[in-house]
Amino acid sequence: MEVKPHSENWPLWEVFIRARQGLDHKHAGSLYAADAQMAIENARDVYTRRNEGISIWVVESKNIHASNPDDAGEFFDPANDKVYRHPSFYHLPEQVKNI
Amino acid sequence: MDLLSSYIIHQADNALILGHRNSEWTGHGPILEQDIALSNIALDLIGQARNFYQLAASRINELDPGEIITEDDLAYLRDGNEFKNFILLEQTNGDWAKTILRQFYFSSFQLLQFRELVKSQNTELAAISEKSVKETRYHVKWSSEWVIRLGDGTSESHSRMVSAQQDLNPYIAEMFTPADFDYEAESSRAGILPDKLKEEWYQRVNRILEIATLPVISEEKKTMQILSGKNGVHSEHLGFLLAEMQFLQRAYPGCQW
Amino acid sequence: MPAQQELFDQKIEQEIRIEPKDWMPDDYRKMLIRQMSQHAHSEIVGMLPEGNWITRAPSLRRKATLVAKVQDEAGHGLYLYSATETLGITREETIEQLHAGKAKYSSIFNYPTLSWADIGAIGWLVDGAAIMNQVPLCRASYGPYARAMIRICKEESFHQRQGFEILLTLSRGSEAQKQMCQDAINRWWWPSLMMFGPNDDASPNSQKSMQWKIKRFTNDELRQKFVDVCVEQVKTLEMQLPDPQIKWNETTGHYDFGEINWEEFYEVLKGNGPCNKERLEARKKAHEEGAWVREAAAAHAAKKDYSTNTFMHGSQTA
Repeated sequence: MEVKPHSENWPLWEVFIRARQGLDHKHAGSLYAADAQMAIENARDVYTRRNEGISIWVVESKNIHASNPDDAGEFFDPANDKVYRHPSFYHLPEQVKNI
Repeated sequence: MDLLSSYIIHQADNALILGHRNSEWTGHGPILEQDIALSNIALDLIGQARNFYQLAASRINELDPGEIITEDDLAYLRDGNEFKNFILLEQTNGDWAKTILRQFYFSSFQLLQFRELVKSQNTELAAISEKSVKETRYHVKWSSEWVIRLGDGTSESHSRMVSAQQDLNPYIAEMFTPADFDYEAESSRAGILPDKLKEEWYQRVNRILEIATLPVISEEKKTMQILSGKNGVHSEHLGFLLAEMQFLQRAYPGCQW
Repeated sequence: MPAQQELFDQKIEQEIRIEPKDWMPDDYRKMLIRQMSQHAHSEIVGMLPEGNWITRAPSLRRKATLVAKVQDEAGHGLYLYSATETLGITREETIEQLHAGKAKYSSIFNYPTLSWADIGAIGWLVDGAAIMNQVPLCRASYGPYARAMIRICKEESFHQRQGFEILLTLSRGSEAQKQMCQDAINRWWWPSLMMFGPNDDASPNSQKSMQWKIKRFTNDELRQKFVDVCVEQVKTLEMQLPDPQIKWNETTGHYDFGEINWEEFYEVLKGNGPCNKERLEARKKAHEEGAWVREAAAAHAAKKDYSTNTFMHGSQTA
């Protein structure tokens, strides 16, 4: 048996839920769990009690890397200019359906 | 009461008493997430109990239309000697080890039983079992994982699990000892004799206990069973449990809540 | 003014949400941590007065719905702790603050639940007041807080309806049940009004909180709204609110009501309420007695590869 005392601190996990077929997984919140199995079960208990989900992803929070909001300007602005990437830029006559 | 109704009530009582015990943890669990997990299990069990009580009530009302009874009459107006739950389930919660071990032992049994009951000649029993099997699979998974975590965790958790086994193992035999309503269920093909589930139960349970580095259990030597929850001869715990649970209905008889 | 402060002020002005890694003034961060963690603590401590009656719920349906409600409160606490942690404090630290008496929780939960009717009164009045406070928070300036509140508000309406239904059933029952109902209303009415906090002119934190759009309406505004709503609802119950001074005011278009016993409010806040000690002790006990469980799970995870494969292999399906 082990000799040294164990930390009781469980890692923090971020939870992503896919609500229905066809949708993306969306960030729902975070929770503590000792391992991935527990994290998934806890996520099911906490975030899908009212049938709010059919698929669960859990990731240890430490494994999430985020962009720096201060860089938002240079990171995201160039895309703002490129309006032609958005479907609404193109005006099609009414008769053209399904596009 | 006819034997088949007793059989159904036995299922209901098991689910209610364990659901009640589990619900006692609400607000007192070792971590918030597990508080929610155990209350979910409690809710599943209370739901099962309601289904079984409603079935029993409608059956009893059909057979004896004199006085119409409800699920609540069955849950709240019977005394301890009329309850047919396993003594295992009325035991006090103890610590987390005892609670999850109790769940593990019982859910492992319930799963095997529901697997058979889905084929029941009694279509309502089959339907309830169909609904309950999925939940029970989850209960087995959840409790198995905890048995393993605690058995193979720290030396403290390991010794608490061993204590829990010492407390609960004496109550295992009752699960496989048929009562008169079990024989009736088997012969009418409504259910199955519980001792037919024994071998597989020990196999599955011991498999998990081994992974958990806990002592495996062997079928109890034939020790005299003095108490029999299934026959209404309970441990002292049930009286206190029912006194608390039934208080309002007894203190204010005949009221709507 | 530094660019960051200006950008922050602009976001607040334009109702653009502040997100976890955005720059924010220290005071804003501190205020949020305090408010959100205390909100979380309130949910968790709030499980106790209602949890008391789970084992005594008088019907199977009431038993199930009460477990579900209290479980929801655990979930709400969890959403709020989770949102608070995005501000750079751990749940563990906030819980230490609670247990050390450094963090507060809503005083209402320091009152005892003495009868089944109390469960109804809590659902109707306490959850009712909470909803009134919480709906505006769905537009709080801090993103994670607003999102947690949206989730919470969706679940909360079942709680209030459940409570009211309990009281309605009692109000249509036996004499003893009617008395039980009125008695619970008598004991929970004033503490529910206190949930909205001190009068506006006695509330120092409110101003800054409103400026930063964490808080949207003042204490008195919300309290008045609550009174107006309850005075109508109590008529359905054919019960009385324990305030002889409640009277329709034609000029203001609201119901006037009596003076709150502020001495009681501050006493309970200070720690001298009926159940302060018991509530905190229950939470400390659960936490301390749970330590070995948390340690064991952490130890086990450290020993094993915690991919799902391990467990799939170990458990069986029927």
